Amino acid sequence: MKKLLLLALPILALSGCSSSSTWGWYVINPMTPGGWINIKFLISGMGDTILISVIAAVLSIVVGLVVALPGLSKKRGWRLVNRVYVEFIRSIPLLPMLFWVFYGLPIIFREMGLNIPIDPFWGAVITLALSDSAFTAEIYRAGIQSIAKGQTEAAQTIGLNYLQTMRYVILPQAIRRILPPLANQFIYIVKMSAFASVIGMQELTRRANELVVTEYRPLEIYTLLILEYLVLVLIISAGVRWLERRMGSDERG
Amino acid sequence: MSAQIQPRSTQAIELKGVNKWFGTFHVLKNIDLSVGLGEKVVICGPSGSGKSTVVRCINRLEEHQEGTIRVDGVELTNDPKSVAAIRSEVGMVFQQFNLFPHLTVLENLTLGPIKARGMTRSEAEARAMHYLERVHIPEQARKRPGQLSGGQQQRVAIARSLCMEPKVLLFDEPTSALDPEMISEVLDVMVTLAEEGMTMVVVTHEMGFARKVADQMVFMDAGEIVEQGSPEEFFGAPRSPRCQKFLSQILQH
Ligand SMILES: Nc1ncnc2c1ncn2[C@@H]1O[C@H](COP(=O)(O)OP(=O)(O)OP(=O)(O)O)[C@@H](O)[C@H]1O
Ligand SMILES: [Mg+2]
Repeated sequence: MKKLLLLALPILALSGCSSSSTWGWYVINPMTPGGWINIKFLISGMGDTILISVIAAVLSIVVGLVVALPGLSKKRGWRLVNRVYVEFIRSIPLLPMLFWVFYGLPIIFREMGLNIPIDPFWGAVITLALSDSAFTAEIYRAGIQSIAKGQTEAAQTIGLNYLQTMRYVILPQAIRRILPPLANQFIYIVKMSAFASVIGMQELTRRANELVVTEYRPLEIYTLLILEYLVLVLIISAGVRWLERRMGSDERG
Repeated sequence: MSAQIQPRSTQAIELKGVNKWFGTFHVLKNIDLSVGLGEKVVICGPSGSGKSTVVRCINRLEEHQEGTIRVDGVELTNDPKSVAAIRSEVGMVFQQFNLFPHLTVLENLTLGPIKARGMTRSEAEARAMHYLERVHIPEQARKRPGQLSGGQQQRVAIARSLCMEPKVLLFDEPTSALDPEMISEVLDVMVTLAEEGMTMVVVTHEMGFARKVADQMVFMDAGEIVEQGSPEEFFGAPRSPRCQKFLSQILQH
């Protein structure tokens, strides 16, 4: 948080002397009514950015686990299902996938006789979750594989079935190795949610773009935009560190 | 025609013509072995001879490709029901203990009874405490495995198997990972179990233990059972040169 204030300081200082320079910080000067309105307009995209990211992350965490499990099977067929999904999804750039989901998927639904409209919000959520799930799946797989085989064997010899073994023996141990990279993925999702602006979602980036068009102050407005993402990411990082500490003390206790 | 009477097998474990390959490597060659109820079998042999693999085939931690394996009359097949039925009769103690590090000793012992057998927590805890007393460490119930010595951990692992009240206990080199001063505390527990009539298959090089409890000695080399017989015959007059050589090496130190 301290770091953030340090970064914000020069900007505030510059905004103070905006009238006498070529800087245009007045567009986002909270002291002036116009600047304040602009800031409120920009920051009110925060809700959608967060909501899109959180829903996409939750979906990705669930789908990723479902995709990871066949990848750990002894049977080659199951492993192949996992490989095809991961390699295929991982190779699609986010923007084309977004277009495909937003413009293409509704056509498939219509052909199937389903009336499922996809609005920009859900278009972004589905795309981010899908794209991220390939990476989450790999994180789960590596995390679960890092737990010694003897743990699974011991669980089997006391009669636990596959799901019980995962639930009570493997995942509680693997989670400590899975969580930090999952948090990185969440940060990645937050940043990639900026692409939702392209299909008309009024989240942080879209609002900044719209304001730039009317105010023509790209430097100032995009600087604020970057700071908005910075705040979000710093909050997530702090949250993850708190979670890690809590789980660490769990293990010792 | 008189009704056919199925003679119920008195054998706890029966292996007939068991063959197994790891890829092209023929790891088990025509293994025949029967273990009567209450009988104690000690398997020894040089490293890589297939001792662990035999034992692991009995509870399907490894799959055999030819021959039949029966436990308490039930044939081990690919049917998950047969695997589950057999695992519920067979306990296993591993060289590396394989305790669950994220659970307390008590939770290690109650996990199987609660989740696989549907016992209530209080029933399972009562049973767990009973078996912890049997292995002489009831006072460690609330600790994590990582806080115990190797000998204590292995005794917890034995208690964990006993909590499932198996008909047969398999031991794969239970004292090989222990410091010398802890070996006897584990062997003492095993001797007591043997005296109480537990059916046991033990892979070990502790020949003192073998002399004391074994009803049947098995010597394996290169995937074959080379020699098999009572401890008197086995130690007194080993027939095969390979077995003689092995015994002279192992009894030297
Ligand atoms: N999963 C596996 N894949 C391929 N080969 C294996 C596998 N497990 C064991 N082997 C090989 O099979 C042979 C027998 O192994 P096993 O573990 O049964 O021997 P062991 O008699 O228990 O030896 P040790 O005394 O060292 O424990 C060894 O040559 C080993 O390298
Ligand atoms: Mg072995």
